[in-house]
Amino acid sequence: MINFLPSVVSRSQSSKLMSLFVPIIAVILTLMTGSIIFSLMGFNPIFALHTFFISPISSAYGISELLVKATPLALIAIGLAFCFKNNLYNIGAEGQLTMGAIFGGGVGIFFHDTNGFWLLPLMIIAGAIGGALWGLIPALLKTKFNTNEILTSLMLVYVALLILDYLVVGPWKDPQGYSFPKTRSFSDSGRMPLLFSGLRIHFGLFITLFLIFFSWFIFTKTIFGFQLKVSGFSPSAARYAGFNQNRLVYLAFAICGSFAGIAGLAEVSGPIGLLYRDISPNYGFTAIIVAFLGRLHPIGIIFASLVIALTYLGAEDAQLFMQIPAAVGFVFQGLVLFYLLGADFLVNYKLEFRKNK
Amino acid sequence: MIKIFKYLFVISTFSIFAFSNAIADPKKVGFIYIGPPGDHGWTYMHDVGRIHAERMLGDSISTTYIEGVPENADAVRAIRKLAASGHDLIFTTSFNYMDQTLEVAKEFPNVKFEHATGYKRADNVSTYSARFYEGRTIIGHIAGKMSKTNTVGYIASFPIPEVIRGINAFYLAASKVNPDIKIKIIWVFTWYDPGKEADAANTLINQGADIIVQHTDTFAPCQAAEKAGVMAFGQASNQEEFCPNAHLTAIEDIWGPYYAERAKAVVEGTWTSQDTWDGMAEGMVVMSPYNSKLMPADLIQEAINMEIAIKDGTLHPFAGPIYNQAGELVVPEGQNADDGMLAGMSFYVQGIDGEIPQ
Repeated sequence: MINFLPSVVSRSQSSKLMSLFVPIIAVILTLMTGSIIFSLMGFNPIFALHTFFISPISSAYGISELLVKATPLALIAIGLAFCFKNNLYNIGAEGQLTMGAIFGGGVGIFFHDTNGFWLLPLMIIAGAIGGALWGLIPALLKTKFNTNEILTSLMLVYVALLILDYLVVGPWKDPQGYSFPKTRSFSDSGRMPLLFSGLRIHFGLFITLFLIFFSWFIFTKTIFGFQLKVSGFSPSAARYAGFNQNRLVYLAFAICGSFAGIAGLAEVSGPIGLLYRDISPNYGFTAIIVAFLGRLHPIGIIFASLVIALTYLGAEDAQLFMQIPAAVGFVFQGLVLFYLLGADFLVNYKLEFRKNK
Repeated sequence: MIKIFKYLFVISTFSIFAFSNAIADPKKVGFIYIGPPGDHGWTYMHDVGRIHAERMLGDSISTTYIEGVPENADAVRAIRKLAASGHDLIFTTSFNYMDQTLEVAKEFPNVKFEHATGYKRADNVSTYSARFYEGRTIIGHIAGKMSKTNTVGYIASFPIPEVIRGINAFYLAASKVNPDIKIKIIWVFTWYDPGKEADAANTLINQGADIIVQHTDTFAPCQAAEKAGVMAFGQASNQEEFCPNAHLTAIEDIWGPYYAERAKAVVEGTWTSQDTWDGMAEGMVVMSPYNSKLMPADLIQEAINMEIAIKDGTLHPFAGPIYNQAGELVVPEGQNADDGMLAGMSFYVQGIDGEIPQ
């Protein structure tokens, strides 16, 4: 008799080639499912996909907006790669981003009437420190008390958001702002320089590209990168090799936190220009999808950040030109992740229909 | 002769072309929404207003909207997208789109913008809001008479003047008819979050509130009140269908006539930047039908009389004497708070417990 529930069997050897293709397969399956959804909604799927994925980036402004959206996602995702490669599930990048924006933005607010070339670098450093300190809290709790970093890093997101709330409603509130919850604007030298006039893409793009290159260098050319990889694959092997596990945990969280912190600062000193409560559209959480979609690889993360950023822009165009609800954009993000995880699973495992004994 | 003919021909075809062009090209009016139109509150009423304007002006306008736009750097892109895709008039319908609206307006001087509930204007940016506090006075009066526990639960969004003004107007009217009335306030720091709004309502009910008042966007608080068997006021739209046994009345925001008027001004080329702050007299704030299953007939009559008095100016929600929490006289007897004080209101009146989040 055949058992209709298949059992899951680990593949003795998973195809290296297939695992490289998984993200591409996931994107193709997403597009196919998307066309079916659009057809069911009564739209021409080709027109819909064009509106969703091509029309948003068919102008210089559109491409600039894509980069504005992709920059923080890529920067946070590459930072997360340091943690994820080492099997440290830092879910709290959103909090580290917020803390970076608070520290860096705090400097900007303190010097709101001062101009000087030193201001922006100082804000960036402060942002990195803020993010790193916030990232080190779950690292410390993990190494000292063996707490679960998923829970602590996630909970610290809400703490960071509440601290930002407190600051913009209270002590940092704009004195001329009719008690609306927002701070003063940063001075001009506290803003990220724009790369082209009329477009919002700013210097943060270069910082991100530099840090991605820097990360690639660490991953592939340094002992620290090698240690991260080994300790991720096999913690016991890493222990036998004499790697200092705690040091790896601290470093991974500090790097990840500082990258997220810089992303937060770049967002507030780039397109925003002041602090208020709602500075990030959940970049810290979306970056988790980006990191996995990009296979924790620098080049992969760049592409993944562009794909995910496009789903946001596309959702707006679809609303505008086709009156499709905003939620469709989230459906696409969900589909990508679903197919990615599903395909990933099938690369490493297979389903077997076996006869009952 | 032939030359003149030719000339006339060119002119006539040209004018026919220009004329048909004017008919074929409706003005495009765009809306930015913070929530989905299905919230049956704030955004829903803006959408009702949009549809009203479209019906009133027929083929001379066409409308679109983008929903669920976050109040951060993303808003610039959404607003700009409307401006860049040929929209002539753009309504941004939440307070925190203020700086973003001005940023895009600077880049598109020929596009007209209208920002709801803000205070920054430009040559091509108007602001508009409704005197919701006039409705708060009426529901305050009703709550003062209806509450058995003398405790009202108030779900507040952000500590901005609009919300604080509403709390004060409500309390002044409630305490006038019931000096023992207490108001418990929960700040939820969101406009649109049905879960959070319902949680706040339940907490307030557990603290003894038998009437729920809200300054957020959905009908979740009203539903929570219905479930717990207490009373509530709807917000922004008539929410009676969601909580028929709790709904006393609602303060409705009626944007349609304003949207139609402003769109018409754009069609006719007479649009200018202005600040509009209309209330019951102009029909921008309207009370939903009073629930006769819950309210005694004489109270309904009192509420209707108050509406009339507010409309003709004999009842002002902020008539002196008004004291602040420290006991200082802020509006002397015989005077009314002026629009300047109302627009920047950031203090509680005497009798309200607690502090504004600072």
